[in-house]
Amino acid sequence: MRKTRRLHATITYALLILGIAVVLIPFVYMFSSSIKPQSYVFEMPPRLIPAEITTRNYTEALDTDQFGLYFLNSVIVAVGATTLTVLISSMMAYAFGRMHFRGKGLLFTILLLGMMIPPVMLIIPQFLIAKELHLLNSLAGLIVVYVTMNLSMQTFLLTGFFKSIPKELTEAALIDGANQWTIFWRIILPLSRHGLAVTIIFTFLYSWEEFPWAHVAIQETNRRTLPIAIALFQNQHLTEWGQVFAASIVALLPVLAVYIVFQRYFIAGIATTGMKT
Amino acid sequence: MVPVKATQRETLGGLTLPSKFRALRQQLGQAVTPYLFLVPGLILFAAFILLPMAYSFRISFYDWNIIRPERSEYLELKNYQDIIEWPIFRRAVVNTLAYAAVTVPAQIILGLGLALLLNQKIPGQTFFRTVYYLPVITSWVIVTLLFEYLFNSQAGLINYWLQRAGIIDDPVRWFADEKLAMVPIHLLGIWKGLGWTAVVMLAGLQSIPRVLYEAAAVDGADVWAQFRRITLPLMRPTLVFLLVFLTIGALNVYISGLLLTDGGNPLDRTHFVLTLMYEETFDYFEFGRGAAISYLLTGLVFLISLVQIRLLQREIEY
Repeated sequence: MRKTRRLHATITYALLILGIAVVLIPFVYMFSSSIKPQSYVFEMPPRLIPAEITTRNYTEALDTDQFGLYFLNSVIVAVGATTLTVLISSMMAYAFGRMHFRGKGLLFTILLLGMMIPPVMLIIPQFLIAKELHLLNSLAGLIVVYVTMNLSMQTFLLTGFFKSIPKELTEAALIDGANQWTIFWRIILPLSRHGLAVTIIFTFLYSWEEFPWAHVAIQETNRRTLPIAIALFQNQHLTEWGQVFAASIVALLPVLAVYIVFQRYFIAGIATTGMKT
Repeated sequence: MVPVKATQRETLGGLTLPSKFRALRQQLGQAVTPYLFLVPGLILFAAFILLPMAYSFRISFYDWNIIRPERSEYLELKNYQDIIEWPIFRRAVVNTLAYAAVTVPAQIILGLGLALLLNQKIPGQTFFRTVYYLPVITSWVIVTLLFEYLFNSQAGLINYWLQRAGIIDDPVRWFADEKLAMVPIHLLGIWKGLGWTAVVMLAGLQSIPRVLYEAAAVDGADVWAQFRRITLPLMRPTLVFLLVFLTIGALNVYISGLLLTDGGNPLDRTHFVLTLMYEETFDYFEFGRGAAISYLLTGLVFLISLVQIRLLQREIEY
């Protein structure tokens, strides 16, 4: 019995470690290519551990290739879109979750439909509407669309969170003469930190990584966000993999930080809603 | 303090506001407040979701002129007819369906295996879960470029290893051949999605009460019987959810195709529906045709999801 259990554990670990290798080797290779001098990028045989180390790819990418600027653009877009999504969808969720009004059911259903519409169907007219509103080639245009694309899912998620807060907590405040905004701002939001964390993480990652919309909406070089900047850089400098991967690693760092710090919210978010980044 | 102030204000000019009015005003406020909370969101939703849906539908019947929309030519169903008969589109549909047919079952089977491994009480579970999730949180652009480098024909790690293992003699030019190009694209899809699939499955597995397994073990059911009689049936809702969700995702494959084969190289034979849609719209400015392609893809996605849900529900009812 004991022997079979040990065998069982050994097989489990062997398989898990094999899987880890399949997942990690590409990342290790990416990192090692980012610290190799350019002349080693096509070396034969390829080496996972570089023979010579340099930081030139990073300094060049950030400096001459303007990835510092693109990083800043990405930060503005992701922070802006996340802040607005949290604010707007929590306001909607407050109305849907804790207030009574005419047409609530209908409005909520229409909003949920938004989760089922494939983004593909929207991108062409969104482009034309953004053109009319002079939102093309601007970071604001990215933010507005990212907020909208996240609205349905996040409102749905937060409505559930807000509903679960006991009525007694807000009734007392109402009797004391607090208005709805005060209750929302002072009671409901502070009590929903976990739900808001899920919203923040998913919108941040979405905005940080979004490619299709940014790709069509931004033509001006200076307004690029990291995903389009990296893709276009690789397209123009086919062999400069060191810099491509240096920029990729820099783009990956905030994501890793957010992921490691908020891991339990991630798992909770996926388990409750099946959200996908 | 507060009530005194209120009275002062309301008696201003010698008039006392009757309590009736105050109640009315309060009622009115109560009726309006919820809508005030909804307004910002609803405006965005209407402008960038509802309006686009209708707009896109209209465009798909026109040879749309984006500089002067009023000069657009109404074509009735011609865009749709042309596209359905267009060999490059048909090829793109086949490629897209093949991508779904390969990557979805692979992710479900491997994801279930991984989730079963991770569901045991083993030290380092969090570590393993974290690492397996890494490809999921990395952006499509980065992992796609990474695969382009790994499958590079000159010095890619994959070619080197295959040569070392004696599987191939000469380096393979993966992206120069329409069939071979699908190998890295499919592998990338599986590699990137596996962690998410496994985490969703893990949540499903952990919701199965342990008591059931204990009771089954007492009755002498072996591990395989427990898996077939307890795990699979109770995991069915999770599996159906994943099947539908992963299929929708797979039919929307775009970034990997765009970056790995420049859209459709060689000779437009590696297109997916979305790479073709973007190319028609934003490279050739055929907005009408692009919109028609997007509606055809949406229809296809709806149809397939519906069939999947209906078939699997019937099976549940027996």
